Amino acid sequence: MQIERPLPTVETRAAVIDPAPHAAASAKPAVPIKVSVRNLDFFYGDNHALKNVSTPLHLNKVTAFIGPSGCGKSTLLRVLNRMYDLYPKQRAEGEVILDGENILGAAVDVNFLRSRVGMVFQKPTPFPMSIYDNIAFGVKLYRKLPKAELDARVEEALRGAALWEEVKDKLHTSGLGLSGGQQQRLCIARSVAVEPEVILFDEPCSALDPISTAKVEELIDELAERYTIAIVTHNMQQAVRVSDYTAFMYLGEMIEFGDTNAVFTAPKQKKTQDYITGRFG
Amino acid sequence: MSDHTVKAYDRDLETLGRRIAEMGGIAEKMLSEAMDALGAFDVDAAQRVVVTDLRLDALQREIEESAILTIARRQPLAVDLRECIAAIRVSGDLERVGDLAKNIAKRTVKIVGEARLPRAIVGLNSMHDVAAMQLKDALDAYAQRDAERARAVWANDAELDALEDSVFRDLLTFMMEDPRNISFCTHLLFCSKNLERIGDHTTNIAETVVYLVTGESMPTERPKTRQAAAGAQTPQ
Repeated sequence: MQIERPLPTVETRAAVIDPAPHAAASAKPAVPIKVSVRNLDFFYGDNHALKNVSTPLHLNKVTAFIGPSGCGKSTLLRVLNRMYDLYPKQRAEGEVILDGENILGAAVDVNFLRSRVGMVFQKPTPFPMSIYDNIAFGVKLYRKLPKAELDARVEEALRGAALWEEVKDKLHTSGLGLSGGQQQRLCIARSVAVEPEVILFDEPCSALDPISTAKVEELIDELAERYTIAIVTHNMQQAVRVSDYTAFMYLGEMIEFGDTNAVFTAPKQKKTQDYITGRFG
Repeated sequence: MSDHTVKAYDRDLETLGRRIAEMGGIAEKMLSEAMDALGAFDVDAAQRVVVTDLRLDALQREIEESAILTIARRQPLAVDLRECIAAIRVSGDLERVGDLAKNIAKRTVKIVGEARLPRAIVGLNSMHDVAAMQLKDALDAYAQRDAERARAVWANDAELDALEDSVFRDLLTFMMEDPRNISFCTHLLFCSKNLERIGDHTTNIAETVVYLVTGESMPTERPKTRQAAAGAQTPQ
């Protein structure tokens, strides 16, 4: 007869998914993939910043990207909606497949891509406009909607970002007048308003206080039900809390990818363990 | 394993490991002295074992508190998290080993007035030899973070169970031979149960060591025979 242990056991087995190709090692049913990065190389001029990186973003799941400064995680994020196109001497080679189409191709409508793949940055970036116009601006770029419908879209977006109750009586005041946490949620609402499929978060809570951080994390939980989410974070515990999958990067390479629970309780790679346990450097 | 950037973190984990080693040493000593006291019908020696249990209980509380503070302070992950969890589990199992050794010692005090049958203790001594070796191996496996050694302890639990069965049959036979043996042999039955439980806790420690080193769990069903043990050693 066995003694009942004082604490529960970690029953899940580490399921390291080989990044190239994406062959799931676990016995669980395969989760569909929304975006597939394959053999991606990225260059800032001559600087080879991403080296043969392959990773999936699973549909309606949150994937966290962690790693020391300069490892390439923000660079990777900026490839996913071709932000790098805005800057000279930056180029990507390889494939990023979104619903079967390589978004790095020359024929891709980049503006439309950026409505499908939204981005929220570390520093909140509300436009110098009213709260209403912040949300409506992006929608009006793609659709010509009657006022009632536009009002409804703005309300839906603000509700989706858990901001509606706080701003519904001051929609025509400046977005810059909101607190940092509210501004960040405004930026999330702005992304959500254009009905994206993927939302990229680049250290969304670094500039926020703990309460605002908790609100944004709660929001990410809710958003994952409808969108595919990628988040870059320096906060290990945040990565554990919010993500389903975690990718550890180092010096431009993908070192380990797997179930978040497995990566943080029993990582396969020594470098991953050294980083997440504070043994780096 | 390289050091943490924050040295105090290393010290926190080292302290946990040292305290577990101390608890392990005390538990081993209590078991050995309780069985010696039983064999020699030495009440004073038995009483000393009972008193030693207080130190073990205090150590277990200290280890738990340390582990909890380390979790709160460091928010450990991966192997560090498994170290903290392992320390909490192993200290719990060692505290129970101490309690069971104390219970054996208490039996010595109770037996002192009974008609004695020294040959009835022979089987118990065999059980003790196996249990003590298992406990030593499990504690060594923990100290050396040796998963293979821990798996061997896990597989060997069946031997102690088999010995308990044979001791049970022997004691039953002695009781049937002569009713004057019943009281003495009944006390020994409880002792054999305690030794078997010590074996179970030792196997728990071995499972924890495997989890600590590999992050994987042993199968929930422990082998009932040696053949099953050989087949079941690899975790599923």
